[in-house]
Amino acid sequence: MKNLALYLILVVGALAFIYPFYWMTMASLVPEGDISGLTLLPTTITFDSYLQMFEKIPIDRAFFNSIFVASSVTAGVLVFCSMVGYALAKLRFTGRNLIFYVIIFTMTLPFQITLIPNYILMVKFGWIDTYLALIIPYLINAFAIIMFRQAFLTIPQDLIDAARIDGCGELRIIFQILWPNIIPSLVTVGIITFMATWNEVLWPLIVIRDENLMTMPQLVTLFAVGGRAESQLGVKLASATLLALPIIVAYLFFQKYFIQSMASTGLKD
Amino acid sequence: MRRNKLLPYFLVSPYLIHFLVFVAFPVGFSLYLTFNTWNIISPMEFVGFGNFIRVSQDGLFFKAIFNTIKFLVVHIPLQIIVALFLAETLNQKIKFRPFFRGAFFLPVVVSGVVVSMLWQQLYGFDTGILNRLMSSVGLPKVGWLTNPDVAMYSIAIMATWKNVGLYVILFLVGLQTVPPQYYEAADLEGASHWQKFRHITLPMINPTIFMVLILSTIGGFSLFIEPYIMTGGGPLNSTLSAVLYIYKQAFTNYHMGYSATLGFFFAFIILMVVFIQKRFVERGDQ
Repeated sequence: MKNLALYLILVVGALAFIYPFYWMTMASLVPEGDISGLTLLPTTITFDSYLQMFEKIPIDRAFFNSIFVASSVTAGVLVFCSMVGYALAKLRFTGRNLIFYVIIFTMTLPFQITLIPNYILMVKFGWIDTYLALIIPYLINAFAIIMFRQAFLTIPQDLIDAARIDGCGELRIIFQILWPNIIPSLVTVGIITFMATWNEVLWPLIVIRDENLMTMPQLVTLFAVGGRAESQLGVKLASATLLALPIIVAYLFFQKYFIQSMASTGLKD
Repeated sequence: MRRNKLLPYFLVSPYLIHFLVFVAFPVGFSLYLTFNTWNIISPMEFVGFGNFIRVSQDGLFFKAIFNTIKFLVVHIPLQIIVALFLAETLNQKIKFRPFFRGAFFLPVVVSGVVVSMLWQQLYGFDTGILNRLMSSVGLPKVGWLTNPDVAMYSIAIMATWKNVGLYVILFLVGLQTVPPQYYEAADLEGASHWQKFRHITLPMINPTIFMVLILSTIGGFSLFIEPYIMTGGGPLNSTLSAVLYIYKQAFTNYHMGYSATLGFFFAFIILMVVFIQKRFVERGDQ
C-alpha cells in the first residue's frame, strides 16, 4: 500500500516534468487550428510548421553558429583553464595565493555590474556582430580553474617530476601526461561549459544584431517576441522544439554525466 | 633546475589578461560611469551624484526590487519543499530510480528560452492547458500572465519547475550522507516521523538548504529571458526584473551611464543579501 502511494507520487511527478515537452513537440506537429484543443494524441500530423519556419528564419545557420561557438568556448576553457589550474596547483611562484583569492572573489561578483561595461568594450574593440564577442569573453571561467586546480592537486608530484626528468615541457606535461589522469574533471567542465554556452541568450542578444551570426537561442527568442511568426503558434513551437532537441538528445545519451556534472557545480562550496 | 622562472606566469597569463580586460576594467569603468551620463554616441557628461539621486527617485528601480522579492517569496520555499519531498520519496527503496531522477532533471538542461515559450502556452488564458484543466473541474480561469497581481508568481512557479531537479539531486546526496544508525537509534527511542526529520535529517541537509537559498536569490536577481519572452516586463511592469530593467535602460533608451549605475546597485544589493543570509545561517548553526 505504502509502495503504491510512493510510485503514484513519482509517476505524477515525472509526468509533470515530461508532459510539457511532449505537448510542445506534438503542438509543433499538428495543423495550427488543432493546437488549442491538443491534450494527448494528435489527429493529424504535419510538418507544415517546420517547413514554414525554415522559410522564415535561418535556423540551420543558427544551429551551425551555436555548435561553432559552444565548441570553441569549450575547447578554449579546457585548454586555458587547465593551464591556470595546473600552475596554481603544482608550481610555486610569487603571487600564487593572491591570484587564487582573486579567482575566488570574482566567482562571487554578480554579472550585473560588468554587463554594460563589457558591452561597451565590445563596441570599442569593434567586435559587435562578430564571433569574437561570443567566444573571447567566455574563454576563462573561474569555476573551471578551481575544478582543474582541485583535480591537479590530487596528482602525485612524482609523476610530474619523472616527466620533467624525461625532458617534457610543462605544456606537454599538462596535456599529454596529466589530462588522461583527470578525465572526469574534463568531462564535467566540458559538459557544463558546452551547455551553458549553448543556452546563453542575454549576451548574444546584446552583442549580435546580424541574423547570420545569431546563435539558436537568440534567433528563436527574437522569432518568439518579434512579429515574424505572424502570431502563428505552430512555427514558434517548432523553433523551440528544434532548440531543445540537441541538448535533450545529448542528455538522453549522457544522462549520468550531465547529472553528476551539474551536481558537482552545486556542491562546490 | 633549467625550469624557467617566468613559466608559471606564462601559464596563468590567460587568466590575468582576462581578469584585467573583462573583470577589473569593467568594474572600474562601471564605477566611473555611475558619475556620468552617456548614450555611447555623444561625449560623456559628468553628473556627480546625479545618477545616485536618480536611482533613489526611480520608481521602476524599486518596482524591480519589489518584483524580485515577490518572486523569491514563492520560489525559495516552493523549491525547498518540492525538492525535499521528491528527494525523500526517491530515497526509499524503489525501482526505476534513475528514470525518475532523469525525468525530474530534464528541464534543468533545457534552455530557458524553450521553457519560457512553452509555459507561455501552458499559462494561456483561453486555450492554455492549465486553464482548460481549471475549467474542467469547475474552477474560474486564472490570468496567469495577464493579471498584474499573479504574473510574477506564475513566473516563480515556472522557474521552480525548471530548477527543482537540480536540488532534488543535491538533497538526495545530502540524505544519503545521513548514517542509517541515527535513524535506528531514534526508532529504539520511539521517535516520531516528524521528530526524526526535524532532529536528524534537517541538520544534515542544512548546507544544501543554504545553497538553495543563495543560488535562488542570485537567480531571482538574474531573471531575464523569462519576463523578456513571456510578458515583456508587463502587465503594468509587474514582472519587470532587475536585469530586464538594466537591459531596457541600456538598449531601448540608450542610457548607458544610468544602466551601469543600475547594474552597480543591483550587484551591491545581491552581495548584501547573500552576506546577510550567510550570517543568518551561520548564527543558526551555533
